Amino acid sequence: MAAGSKRTRVRFTTVATYAALVLLGTAFILPFYWMISTSLKPSERIQKFPPDIIPMQPVLSKVDGRSREVYRAKDGTEFALVEKLKGGTVSVKPVGDAKAAARIVSMDSLIPEIRPGFEWSSYSRGLTFIPFADQLRNTLIISVCCVFGTILSCSLVAYGLAKIDWRGRNTLFIIILSTMMLPAQVTMIPVFTIFVKLHWVNTFLPLIVPTFLGTPFFIFLLRQFFLGIPRELSEAARLDGCGEFGIYRRVIIPLSKPALATVALFTFIGAWNEFLGPLIYLLDETKYTLSLGLAMFTGQYGNEYGMLMAVSTVVTIPIIVLFFFTQRTFIQGMTMSGIKQ
Amino acid sequence: MKAKASTTERRNLRNGLLFCSPILVGLAAFTLYPMLASLYYSFCNYPMLKPPVWVGLANYRTLVHDPVFYKSLANTAYFAVFATPAGIITAFLLALLLNQKVKGMAVFRTMFFVPSIVPMVAGSVLWLWLLNSDYGLINTILRSAHLPAPGWMSSPDWSKPALILMSVWGVGGWMLIYLAGLQDVPIDLYEAAEIDGASPLQRLRHITIPFMSPHLFFTLIMGFIGAATYFTQAYVMTGGQGGPVDSTRFFSIYLFQNAFQYWKMGYACALAWILFILILVFTLVLFKTSARYVYYGGEK
Repeated sequence: MAAGSKRTRVRFTTVATYAALVLLGTAFILPFYWMISTSLKPSERIQKFPPDIIPMQPVLSKVDGRSREVYRAKDGTEFALVEKLKGGTVSVKPVGDAKAAARIVSMDSLIPEIRPGFEWSSYSRGLTFIPFADQLRNTLIISVCCVFGTILSCSLVAYGLAKIDWRGRNTLFIIILSTMMLPAQVTMIPVFTIFVKLHWVNTFLPLIVPTFLGTPFFIFLLRQFFLGIPRELSEAARLDGCGEFGIYRRVIIPLSKPALATVALFTFIGAWNEFLGPLIYLLDETKYTLSLGLAMFTGQYGNEYGMLMAVSTVVTIPIIVLFFFTQRTFIQGMTMSGIKQ
Repeated sequence: MKAKASTTERRNLRNGLLFCSPILVGLAAFTLYPMLASLYYSFCNYPMLKPPVWVGLANYRTLVHDPVFYKSLANTAYFAVFATPAGIITAFLLALLLNQKVKGMAVFRTMFFVPSIVPMVAGSVLWLWLLNSDYGLINTILRSAHLPAPGWMSSPDWSKPALILMSVWGVGGWMLIYLAGLQDVPIDLYEAAEIDGASPLQRLRHITIPFMSPHLFFTLIMGFIGAATYFTQAYVMTGGQGGPVDSTRFFSIYLFQNAFQYWKMGYACALAWILFILILVFTLVLFKTSARYVYYGGEK
C-alpha cells in the first residue's frame, strides 16, 4: 500500500515536470516561431485578429487570363475578385464559369479563401530596403577582425599571467578583473574623443583596434585554462631550447584549442550583436552593421512588421546555426563563466 | 647561484611585461586615461566641438535640480529591483526542472537557451511586435482568454513591465550556470534528508539553495550591473527616445542623449560618475554582506 502510493506520487511528479517543461518550453520558443511565421505572411494578413497561426496566402484563380483572389460567398459559391469599387462593393465573377458576367456585390458578404503557404516578399523588400549586402559584409569584417584581435591579445596576456613567474602578475590580474566591473559609460566619452582626434570616426577601427589590447573576461578565462596545463610540458620544451614565445606558440596554444574556440565563438557573437559601439562610431548607412541597420530601419518603419521580422530573422539565423554546430563549446563556455575562481 | 636567480627573475619580469604589454597599453589608453579624463570633464563645460572649460561643481549642481535625472534614476531602480529577481527566479526554476533527469532534457535545454542568444536588436524588434497593443501575439492571447490587454510599450505604466517580461525571456545563460551548479550538489545529502523525512520543499530550502548560493550571488551581481546599465533594448524599442512620457528613459539612455544628442559631454561625464559610484557602492555592500547568505562549501 505504502509502496504503491509512493510510486503514484513519483509518477505524478514526473507528469507534472513534463507538463511544466512543455508549457514553459512552448512559451520560450513561441516568440521565435512568431518572428519566422510573421516574416512569411503577406503584409495584409499580418495585422489582424485572430491571427493566422501558420502563414496563409490568398487562393488565386485565373479569370480572363489574370490571377485573381478568390472569395467565398455566404451560400458557398466561389467568386474571383475582378475589381474593387467604391463604397465597399466589388465586381466579381464566379470561379470556373468563364462566360458568366461580372456582378457587383458588397465586400462584407465575401470571405477570402486562403491556403497555407509562404510569402517571401517581406524578405525581398526588407533586404533591398536597407543596403543589406554592405551591412552583412561590414558585420563580417568587424566580427572576424575582433575574433583575431581578441584571440591574439588575450592568449598572450593570459600566458604572461599564468605561465611566467614575475613580480606583480597577481596585482595585474586583480586590476584586470576589477575593470570588468567598470561600466562602459564611464570611459565612453573620453574614448570617443580619442577616436575623434585620430579621425577614426565613421571607420571600423574604433570597434576593432581595442580588441587587440585585450578583453578582461577572456583573459580571465584563458588564464584559468592555461593554469591547468602541467608545468612539466613547458619545462620539457624549455630544456629543448624553446624561449617563452616558442613555448607559447608550440606547447600552450596547440593544447588550448577548446578554450580558444570558446573565446572565438563568444567574441564573434558579441561583435555580431554589438550595438552601442556601432551606434556611436558609424555614421553612413553603408558603414552600418546589421544590428545597427536593423535598429535604424525599425526607427523609420516601425509598422512594417513583415519586413522587420524578415530582417530580424536574417540577423538571428546565423547565430542560431552557429550555436547548433558548436553546442558543446558554447555550453562549456557559458558554464565556465559562472565558476567562482 | 644568487646572481643566476636574479637573472632569471629579471628575464621573467621582462618577458611577463612583454606578454602582458597589450593589456598594459589597453588599461592605460582605454581605462586609466578615460577614467581620469571623464572625471575631469565632469567638472567642465564641454560641448565637444570646443575644448573643455573648467566650471567646478556646476554640472553636479545642475544634476541635483534636474527632474529628468531623478526620473531616469527611478526608472533604472524600478527595472533593477524587478528584472533581476524575476530573471533569477525564472532561471532557477528552469534549471530545477531540467535537473529532474527527464528524457529529452537536451531538447528542453535548447528551447530555454536559444532565446538568450537571439541578437539583442533583433530580439527587441521582435518583442516590439509581440507587445503591439492591437495585433501583438501577447495581447491576442490575453484577449482570447478574456483578460485585460494592456498597452505595453505605448503605455507609461506598462512599458517597464513589458521590458522586464522581455528580459525574463533571455535568462537562458543563467539557467545554464545554475544547471552546472546543481550537478555539483552532493547527492548523499539529499538521500540523508529523505531518510530523515525532509519534504522536497525543505530539501530545496536547506540543501539546494545554500549550495547554489555562490551561483545565485554571482548572477545577482551580474544582473544588477546589467540592469544599472540597461540600454540597447530600451533604445531600439523607443527609437532612442525613452518614451512613452519618459517611462523608459533609463539612466544610460539619458546619459547617451546628453553625450551624443545634446553634445553636453561634461554633464554626461558627471552622470557617468554618479552611475559608477552607485554601482560601486551597491556592489561593495552586496559583497560585504554576502558572508551572511552565501555559502562556499567548506572552502571559506
